[in-house]
Amino acid sequence: MSVQAEPRTAVTVRIADTGESYKCHTDESLLTGMHRMGKRGIPVGCRGGGCSVCKVWVVAGDYAQIRAMSREYVSEEDLAHGRVLACCVAPRGEVELAVIGKLNKVVTR
Amino acid sequence: MAVTGVLRPGHAQIRVLNLEEDVKFYRDVFGLVEQGRDAQGRVYFKAWDERDHNSVILRQADTAGIDFFGFKVDSVATLNKLEADLNAYGVKTERVPAGEMLATGERVRFEVPTGHVIELYAEKKDVGNGLGYSNPAPWNKQSETGFAPTRMDHALLGGGDLDGARDIFINVLGFYLTEEVVAEDGKTQIAVWLSCSNKTHDIAFVRAPENGKLHHVSYWIETWEKVLRAADLMSMNDVPVDIGPTRHGITRGATIYAFDRSGNRFETFSGGYISYPDMHVLTWPIQHLPEGLDYAQRKLHESFLTVFS
Repeated sequence: MSVQAEPRTAVTVRIADTGESYKCHTDESLLTGMHRMGKRGIPVGCRGGGCSVCKVWVVAGDYAQIRAMSREYVSEEDLAHGRVLACCVAPRGEVELAVIGKLNKVVTR
Repeated sequence: MAVTGVLRPGHAQIRVLNLEEDVKFYRDVFGLVEQGRDAQGRVYFKAWDERDHNSVILRQADTAGIDFFGFKVDSVATLNKLEADLNAYGVKTERVPAGEMLATGERVRFEVPTGHVIELYAEKKDVGNGLGYSNPAPWNKQSETGFAPTRMDHALLGGGDLDGARDIFINVLGFYLTEEVVAEDGKTQIAVWLSCSNKTHDIAFVRAPENGKLHHVSYWIETWEKVLRAADLMSMNDVPVDIGPTRHGITRGATIYAFDRSGNRFETFSGGYISYPDMHVLTWPIQHLPEGLDYAQRKLHESFLTVFS
């Protein structure tokens, strides 16, 4: 008898800034879900919680933290207000987010 | 002896967000050799072919990034002289006692104007690479494990006052400039590659919005083919890749940039050319940064100037 794998749940994530949306599984990060299929909107950086370019504000919906985030970029207050790194949280249901992270640099052409 | 004074990069202490996850990564996926843990809980590694006790130290923290980058100098006399030279140049130093790091002698520690802590030391225990010092075999099992770099090679650090940091390395520590990226004004350096040896770089700096930032720590891989093998291992182990495999125009090295489990960028790197202090500096005008960075794809990877830990 074969063992059936648990079906993965996919939910809709909406990026408020652009109005774009994508499907994200509840066992992957908001960033992985976007990046995997080549969608854009949230800047992609280190994907390990160490930089801040994928910082988002979860405006609506529930999420779970799946990785540690650098305290340098995500304070207690940020956490309390749903400002998190998209590479470190997974959606629990439909989510709407606003992008905070930026690709800042000293030199711009 | 021609290579005197500062010999080479000797250690990098890296902050990680989940120690055991990154220990597993650096040991099993990277293929560094675990050398022990100290009373502070730091975990020590070396690359398989390095002979000194340690070169990469992981510290559990709530932020990612680099605590300090250290260079080995040729003698205690040189250590004392360079400390006096730094002080005379206006750089404050402090001494970290022998034994504060496992198997490591007294260190001279100072901060450069980009906000990075740099260390010099003369003594670290020679534990060998396991092949012996008489009739040694060329490689062992460890050289086939993971990415299996032969050494921790260099670091690229990001901060505001690149000029101040560069001047200390050139004017006091005896480094020379090999390559540079310059802004449209033809003068302002956006990034500099500095050597204390025959390598194209032993340390590099990039101008960055925040001080004290790590761009990457780089590890030497023997061949381009082994860089490609590392690329396979990265994909097999879900390692987030930033750029590559490709070849840099700058330094001509074959490269992959990727991230550890805490978002610290690292490089697996091979090739390049042999550099000498009398050679003319190679200049990359900023509009040629795309091929300087990624010669094969000529692509301006935005993350190069923006993603730091």
